Amino acid sequence: MDFQDKLISSYLAFEEGVNLSDSVHKTRAKALKYFEETGFPTRKDESWKYTSLAALINQDYSLFPKSESTIELRDVKKYFLYDTDTYKVIFIDGVYSPFLSNTTHDGLDVCLMSAALTKPKYRELINTYFNKIAPANESLTALNTSYAKEGAYIYIPPSVVAEKPIEIIHFASGNETSLWMQPRNLIVVDKNAQVQIIERHQSLKAHAVVTNSVTEIFVHQDAFLDYYKLQNDLESASLIDNTYITQEKNSHASVHTFSLGGKLIRNNLNFYHKGEHILSTLKGVTILEDQQHVDHSTLVHHAQPNCESHQDYKGIFSDRSEGVFNGKIVVDKVAQKTNAFQQNNNILLENKATINTKPQLEIFADDVKCSHGCTVGQLDEEALFYLRSRGIPKKEAKALLTYAFANTVLNSVQLPSLKKRINLQIAKKLGVNLGFEL
Amino acid sequence: MAYTEEELKKELETKEYEYGFYTDIESDTFPKGLNADIVRKISEKKGEPTWMTEWRLSAYEAWLEMEEPEWANVSYTKPNLQEISYYSAPKTNPKYNNLDEVDPDLLDTFNRLGISLEEQKKLAGVAVDIVMDSVSVATTFKKTLAEKGIIFCSISEAIKEHPELVKKYLGTVVPPKDNYYAGLNSAVFTDGSFCYIPKGVRCPMELSTYFRINQAGTGQFERTLVIADQESYVSYLEGCTAPSRDENQLHAAVVELIALDDAEIKYSTVQNWYPGDKSGKGGVFNFVTKRGICHTRSKISWTQVETGSAVTWKYPSCILKGDYSIGEFYSIAVTNNRQQADTGTKMIHLGKNTKSTIISKGISAGESQNSYRGLVQVGARASQARNFSQCDSLLMGNSCGAHTFPYIEAKNNTAQIEHEATTSKIGEDQIFYCNQRGIDTEKAIALIVNGFSKEVLNKLPMEFAVEAQKLLEISLEGSVG
Repeated sequence: MDFQDKLISSYLAFEEGVNLSDSVHKTRAKALKYFEETGFPTRKDESWKYTSLAALINQDYSLFPKSESTIELRDVKKYFLYDTDTYKVIFIDGVYSPFLSNTTHDGLDVCLMSAALTKPKYRELINTYFNKIAPANESLTALNTSYAKEGAYIYIPPSVVAEKPIEIIHFASGNETSLWMQPRNLIVVDKNAQVQIIERHQSLKAHAVVTNSVTEIFVHQDAFLDYYKLQNDLESASLIDNTYITQEKNSHASVHTFSLGGKLIRNNLNFYHKGEHILSTLKGVTILEDQQHVDHSTLVHHAQPNCESHQDYKGIFSDRSEGVFNGKIVVDKVAQKTNAFQQNNNILLENKATINTKPQLEIFADDVKCSHGCTVGQLDEEALFYLRSRGIPKKEAKALLTYAFANTVLNSVQLPSLKKRINLQIAKKLGVNLGFEL
Repeated sequence: MAYTEEELKKELETKEYEYGFYTDIESDTFPKGLNADIVRKISEKKGEPTWMTEWRLSAYEAWLEMEEPEWANVSYTKPNLQEISYYSAPKTNPKYNNLDEVDPDLLDTFNRLGISLEEQKKLAGVAVDIVMDSVSVATTFKKTLAEKGIIFCSISEAIKEHPELVKKYLGTVVPPKDNYYAGLNSAVFTDGSFCYIPKGVRCPMELSTYFRINQAGTGQFERTLVIADQESYVSYLEGCTAPSRDENQLHAAVVELIALDDAEIKYSTVQNWYPGDKSGKGGVFNFVTKRGICHTRSKISWTQVETGSAVTWKYPSCILKGDYSIGEFYSIAVTNNRQQADTGTKMIHLGKNTKSTIISKGISAGESQNSYRGLVQVGARASQARNFSQCDSLLMGNSCGAHTFPYIEAKNNTAQIEHEATTSKIGEDQIFYCNQRGIDTEKAIALIVNGFSKEVLNKLPMEFAVEAQKLLEISLEGSVG
């Protein structure tokens, strides 16, 4: 039996644990039906032209971990951004870990999707928001929806500023030899509210793990969202991240994606504009080696006038790694005075590395400023020579240039300790210690 | 009195297709429909040798297995291929030795198009191989070319007289199985041009073919094969106008260019087929496969000005097989009213130190959709490959669309690829600046569009550049918001 059939036939087991009569389950059943009809995307689908899931889905995964796994705090502490000063929603093998987490209902809700989906007091919110922007015609999103049960649920009420960042971390304990996880997150930032969120997926043992995650984010009028995705997993772990963000008038949403490790990573990042004067920022740094594969697939849909979007993705590829950038800007007829910019720069360090990039513009309005730029190249020989002629060793000189290359993305990171950590990780990747912080 | 936008629009809407007339010449036409017998009959009618008939039939077999592609960013009613007559030749065969023998009606047609043969002969120094409804009617300057050893004739003639060259190269760059329309073309092509430049020869004049779709209900399936032998040079022009029709006409041509070591081919196109009327009725479907292969140190340069056709679907490409070879693509695509264009190029870098340049200018007005779709591919062994792409779009009015779909695939770390795209409209301040200096809005727009397209227009041969500029003006006049 192949894995796709297993996903469908195992559904009865999943249904035992959920309330079958409510509207959420109707949504799930509908999504399952869609997945059953379409199956996994293949390279014949235009949006999956450069990324094949065949190797991932040709093997078997367990869908429901046997028992709750416990892990010691000291083993995972290093993956936390701060020891104390954050709200934390932590899952081990897809199951909530109350011991490691630090949730709250005080002023804002940082809690669990499972609670939000079942408790009556959240009923109205779930009806308003759950599965409202995740498109019905994406088979992987539909698959996630059909199994949607657990994940992070975050609600920031009007005019509340979350005083601490929120960390969402998914650990794979390695108790299962192979595991398929489908977390479902819902984040609502109400009017004039502000929040910073960090999302991370981490395996603790080199066992095959695939995460098919869906996050729906609603950013209301005048609200501010600052979201960081940290992808530095083991080489056995794969991630399919589907994020859908709608923005209302005057809001600002920014998503930074740092893809530094993992077997296969696919980021589907989608922004939909619902009001005027919106600002969207999409940035990413990708540093890959070995046979890693990272695919950034972005969509910014400008549907209202006077909005702005900025995309800046930098990629550095060595060994046999593969990078894909598939960016799309759509500007509707009514979205006059749109400013949409897209930039994708890539450096290939090794001969076997591959980069496929496809920056697209679809523009139906005339009074717009849209541009995209895309380059593939190497580190500048002359700059390298300049540094070396001043006594900086080759490796360090290369690292400095690489830093400078990625710096336009790192610049806009708002959390100092996150910035520091990413800098350290990049330095580690490049195998240098520059002896100072950049 | 200021010339307002509204007036401009009105004038444009009422403007009839300038070249929309129909010449009544008795034609020899096949019954409508397509099957293996028709393919055989075409071959027989052209007096082709057996190997050619077989080649056509195998292409036909392969084509039956293929499906019409749907990925392009255009929407149209698919032409019913059984409703087309696959062969139509003016009855006034055979060839003429001088112009007096040519049917006066035909001559009149050419005169109205502004391509009088005498004039061409005397003034332009252009040898013209005129294709009117599939059969070459008159070929000029053949003798001058023959002295240099250059072969410039219709493809049917080449099949008969130079079978060794045709056999060696036909279908090597665009194989019959390449795509649906190339397959169809391979099976049923009725005419086209063939050109061979011998080793070390620099062709002394611009070779030119005027295409013209004439007979109602006839699809045009042209086949062009240009071979530039080592160290030779040729500049080839192709230009088109078609009479006004309500029924959609299909045009599925195949152009193959072969540049051997150190050769250079410059291929320029001005395309102004009937784009359909204001409401999108009628117009030509232009589904063309154009591709060239570059051997060591050779160069292929495509220049195109696309202003006509209801639906255009065209990607002149270069396979940079040889080391140090160069591919270039310069394009202006103008769409107005309900026209749709999905055009661009493919640059396949296989050899070392290969270079390619892509400059694409898209101008959309009215309710048209204009897409650039391009591929830059650098193979694992193509070290030091270099590409520069620039795609600019100009939008006029808020009912049109401009789209860019660039694909970049790099498998070599020494590759340097740059891609840049912008979308904008004509600035009010630019118009104001011109108005202030006494240039009316219409002229100002022509001026700005001209400047916008200059990089490409500059690449056209002199004779063509003038015509192209005129076409740009005709297609865009007054469509500005």
